[in-house]
Amino acid sequence: MFRYRLLIQSLVSRELKARYRGSVLGFFWSFVNPLLLLLTYGLVFTVMLPVRRSPTMEPYFVFLFCGILPWTFFQSSVAESTGVLIAGGNLIKKVLFPAEVLTVVTVVANLVHFLLGMPVLLFFLAWNHRITPEALLFPLPLLVQFVFTLGLALFVSALTVHFRDVQNILTHILHLWFFSTPILFLYGDALGGMRLLLRLNPMAHVIVSYQQILFDGEFTHWKGLGAAGLAAIAMYAFGAFFFERLRDTLAEEV
Amino acid sequence: MTAPAVVARDLAKVYRRFLHQNQFRTLKSALLTGSLLSDLTVDQTFTALDGVSFEVPKGTTFGVIGENGSGKSTLLKLLAGITKPTRGSLVVDGRVSALIELGAGFHPEISGRENVAINGIMLGLTRRQIEERFDEIVAFAELERFIDAPVKTYSSGMYARLGFAVAIHVDPEVLLIDEVLAVGDEAFTRKCLDKIGEFRRRGKTILIVTHSLGLVEKMCDDVLWLRKGQVKGQGDPKRVVDEYLTFVAGGEEALLASKQNHEAASNGAAVEEGPESRHGYREGRWGTREVEITGVRLLDARGRERHVYVPGEKLTLALAVRADEAVEDFVFGIGLFTADGVNAYGTNTHLEDWKSRQIQGTAEVRLEFDDLRLVEGTYLLDVAVHRRDGTPYDYLRGQHSFRVKSHTKDVGIYRPSHRWSFSGGVRLDPPQPRPELDLGEE
Repeated sequence: MFRYRLLIQSLVSRELKARYRGSVLGFFWSFVNPLLLLLTYGLVFTVMLPVRRSPTMEPYFVFLFCGILPWTFFQSSVAESTGVLIAGGNLIKKVLFPAEVLTVVTVVANLVHFLLGMPVLLFFLAWNHRITPEALLFPLPLLVQFVFTLGLALFVSALTVHFRDVQNILTHILHLWFFSTPILFLYGDALGGMRLLLRLNPMAHVIVSYQQILFDGEFTHWKGLGAAGLAAIAMYAFGAFFFERLRDTLAEEV
Repeated sequence: MTAPAVVARDLAKVYRRFLHQNQFRTLKSALLTGSLLSDLTVDQTFTALDGVSFEVPKGTTFGVIGENGSGKSTLLKLLAGITKPTRGSLVVDGRVSALIELGAGFHPEISGRENVAINGIMLGLTRRQIEERFDEIVAFAELERFIDAPVKTYSSGMYARLGFAVAIHVDPEVLLIDEVLAVGDEAFTRKCLDKIGEFRRRGKTILIVTHSLGLVEKMCDDVLWLRKGQVKGQGDPKRVVDEYLTFVAGGEEALLASKQNHEAASNGAAVEEGPESRHGYREGRWGTREVEITGVRLLDARGRERHVYVPGEKLTLALAVRADEAVEDFVFGIGLFTADGVNAYGTNTHLEDWKSRQIQGTAEVRLEFDDLRLVEGTYLLDVAVHRRDGTPYDYLRGQHSFRVKSHTKDVGIYRPSHRWSFSGGVRLDPPQPRPELDLGEE
């Protein structure tokens, strides 16, 4: 993967340039998008469906933001990776081109988007006097999330080439996954089976870590994040293995 | 000779079709049973290449010809490393650049400039190399004015030009070209050919897949003819192209006939080969032109040029030929075909035991048919001059024709000299005498 860093780098910058080409706000969308997303969820859960919440989640807007922003990175990476090999079929079929680069570029481009959205989040955190030295731990969950996302994206992108159904199913799986991750609610509030589900969900640990580091200013979820890290490595190993297994079929099946 | 640039041994490529009916069920059950990889089972295979072996020496130009679906593109993909052979081995020595699809990696939304940079990286250039060659690339593509516009605004010709320009400036040791010269206008095509010629002079190895047989004859040192994934012929471009043309024109039988003739030729008997297939006959002209047929005239008994004859008339075939340099191995031949491609007759000087000595400068060859015993119809002529082994110098297939007209509407092709007579208890009225058709006065 390292060999292709120049290629990945230029493809990512192309991806970012191309994404907002032709829109009025251009790059500004990277900031506006998370804001609008936040506004939607904020409106739904504070105005339309006000629920009783523990005071530790206040201000709820900012709490939501801490979870939604990294989740968006995860979700768009995985969702976009389903189509990326098919869209890039020309390259795989007609040019000697390392197919995994396409998947990596998708994940990295979304990572950049995520990082571009971070200043907005930091602004809100600062506004609420929430920024603490713990924020410096931010790269930890980010790394775990990146590795996990990449592994899953590799798996999904190769699988989709053979089963286009994945594209359709995945949308719903990701939706369900979103609600099975403590983004709208507190990790600690989950009970019974839900609790078990959250424990088995690496993304839950990642999100909780973000929330603790950024929102609570107190990071205690070491074990959870560590386990998620192991899961991420396993996911990456599996994704890479799976991709490798199917590599030779990609050029024919795309 | 140094080590070959490409060595292929018993190359085979089998495409698999996975169970794609009931995809959904397959995925579901695959997920449920967790046997995803093993469930990608094969239900049908398609052999695109089968037992293909060849070598390409460094610095030579190698052509691959064949009908559509013969496996040419598959072979090129294997050479480019895009797919892997199912069986056999393939070694390519040196950096490969494949002109399989021009501008395959271009992103429509971004500028030509950025696309050149990214495409270059994809093809293996470093950033510095791209910077160094950038102006040259743009100049070659003749896109100086548009290089900063998004590629989606380019015409397809501009797109292909830019793609070709980038690919050719990668400076590969082995260049693969797949029928890409068809794009662009004449001037650009010539420019591409010049560039390819420059590659040849610089001792690069080039593999061309094309339907342009003229190009193959002109540029290639060696030709591989694929049919249905198998090697049908290989070697001297002219010979292979000729075999291919014969085959395409007449189908399998004609090739067999021609091959037999080629073989027979070495035993001292060559026939003017003609396709046996009724519908495969196709006009054309090919050959090396070392000896050229510059004119074909059909003359009647009085030496006048005519194209309509009556049965039994005299017909003389006069060929004007020219050889710029002395040639010693030559055979003149003719073939006579009905309008629907049936070979009525064929012969040549070699078959009739004339020994060729020399031809140089201009000459005339005459073949006289004292009485043309053919039924009414249109007849096509093949005239050719070729080597004893069948390699054509100049082969004119179906370029000339004549008509036979007759009051008698008898059928078939050949009208043997014949006479009716009746005796015993049978009586017929003899035919009314009719004025002779005199076509000479038409």
